[in-house]
Amino acid sequence: MTEALLKVENLRKRFGGVLATDNLSLAVQPGQIHAVIGPNGAGKTTMIAQLAGALDSDSGRILFDGEDITGLAPPARSRRGIARTFQITSIFHEFTALENVALAVQAHDGHSFRFWRAARDEARLVEPARAALETVGLVDRADITVRNLSHGEHRQLEIAMALATKPKLLLLDEPMAGMGAEESQKMVSILNGLKGDHTILLIEHDMDAVFALADQITVLVYGNAIASGAPDEIRANEEVRTAYLGEEGTAN
Amino acid sequence: MIPTRETMVVIITFSLLALVPVIASITDVPFYLDLGRRMMILAIGALSLNLIMGYGGMISFGHAVFVGIGAYVVGICAEHEVVSGFIQWPLALLACGIFAVIFGAISLRTRGVYFIMITLALAQMMYFLGVSLDRYGGDDGLPLAEPSYFSGLIDLSEKTSLYYLVFVLLLLCLWICKRLINSRFGMVIQGARSNEARMQAIGFPVFRYQLTAFVIAGVMAGLAGILLANHTEFVNPDMMHWTRSGDLIIMVLLGGMGSLAGPIVGALVFILLEEALSGVTEYWQLIFGPFLILVVLFARGGLLGFLEKRQSPKKTSEGGDD
Ligand SMILES: Nc1ncnc2c1ncn2[C@@H]1O[C@H](COP(=O)(O)OP(=O)(O)OP(=O)(O)O)[C@@H](O)[C@H]1O
Ligand SMILES: [Mg+2]
Repeated sequence: MTEALLKVENLRKRFGGVLATDNLSLAVQPGQIHAVIGPNGAGKTTMIAQLAGALDSDSGRILFDGEDITGLAPPARSRRGIARTFQITSIFHEFTALENVALAVQAHDGHSFRFWRAARDEARLVEPARAALETVGLVDRADITVRNLSHGEHRQLEIAMALATKPKLLLLDEPMAGMGAEESQKMVSILNGLKGDHTILLIEHDMDAVFALADQITVLVYGNAIASGAPDEIRANEEVRTAYLGEEGTAN
Repeated sequence: MIPTRETMVVIITFSLLALVPVIASITDVPFYLDLGRRMMILAIGALSLNLIMGYGGMISFGHAVFVGIGAYVVGICAEHEVVSGFIQWPLALLACGIFAVIFGAISLRTRGVYFIMITLALAQMMYFLGVSLDRYGGDDGLPLAEPSYFSGLIDLSEKTSLYYLVFVLLLLCLWICKRLINSRFGMVIQGARSNEARMQAIGFPVFRYQLTAFVIAGVMAGLAGILLANHTEFVNPDMMHWTRSGDLIIMVLLGGMGSLAGPIVGALVFILLEEALSGVTEYWQLIFGPFLILVVLFARGGLLGFLEKRQSPKKTSEGGDD
């Protein structure tokens, strides 16, 4: 096995009486889609926030690309190549789709102490932004203020903004949350298109999508990884069936 | 390209302002000149506040402190017989920059109501410092023996010259703001207002950009202070009082927060109303208050927002397409 791109060791996070992340260890191999599944409240979003640096961990280590990033703030992690999307859409509502993505490009194009030239006239921001919108199939909506886009389009925009930072690792928190069947299908094909070129940690409740996409699946229950393996192993795992798949009843 | 209503407003406003000295001389009411100058000086202050408040989401309740610092540096320099504007002005702007770095670094550690309270507290601190400066007039303030001297380049004791200098500087500030908000830097501060968590996640260390915006706004307000000192030929702690900061906030809200020319219109209307209403009754604020509430309720984007909305209903209908 190659060196893992992301290695999580004994991560812990407590909210008052709730252990949201409990001694979690995990390894994500480069080039893979690694799905994390688990019931509501299992600690999936908490884990993403810890990995992205938005939440401090109580203990444990996060190694990324061979480097300990446990203490780094979110912008520093973004610079090292970690991009995240949000379960609850988190975008710049007053900006157009293109401006949203161009800002993400800008974040990784040197410093932004540039005060005079209009950002919208800079091809080196706008062109990569258009390319990212193209990837997620949103390019014909580029000039629309995003508060006027649909929920499904917001989810696509989330992906485009993450991609625009040219990440080594994508942390996707339920990209299909709240989507209809058709939109979900579209998202699956978008993610399939990213497969191979990108390393993805995918959190998703939609089991069809998970089993269609994932190379590796980790099952999270009460903040702890109770099983990890190839999709077939997970499907066959008794403990997983009772803890999660059984109650969802969507595994096929 | 068809100019937007905002551009029209800017053109009309500045045309009128350019004519004020002419009108003052024809009607022989020099007070108009005085009024116009005060409007434009406060417009610079409001413009600078709008940079951080309207575009950056940083609601400073102490912005007038920089107007005061700018004015005091001019006053103190003059008191020590340093009258050259070439020394006074850079010194005043520098002082504002330094104070803005310190105050910004402290207050930007907080958000929301705490930010408002800390900026207010820091400004009040400076107000009381001004009151306690007995050497420089304390409570009573400090008369300016003579205006800033520019070696014969421009004579600021000549009221019309001062008027047009303020006019040009206001235009310059407007232009700077326009470039600034559309630049990469401007996108960052607007992004941080809109969604700070997302800014962090895509890789922006927002603090340093917000601090820079705070400093730029502080220096620009300092320019307003320099001009105010020359305009009133007087400096006093009252310039830094929290009610002055409140006035600036009202000007911004009145004209339209986050629109470029809004604060200019807001400052003009504010001063006009204050002048007109205080002539009618000493309780003019009883009328002014409800008027403000009406503007805030019925014209969310201030007076300019009101215009823009009526001009382009397509902007809102765009939302219904999915
Ligand atoms: N900021 C917080 N403060 C207190 N408790 C929290 C906080 N965030 C999460 N929790 C708790 O931590 C646990 C894990 O929550 P988390 O949002 O990570 O779950 P999840 O697996 O993402 O769930 P879902 O599938 O519903 O998105 C829950 O019990 C939740 O109530
Ligand atoms: Mg979640």
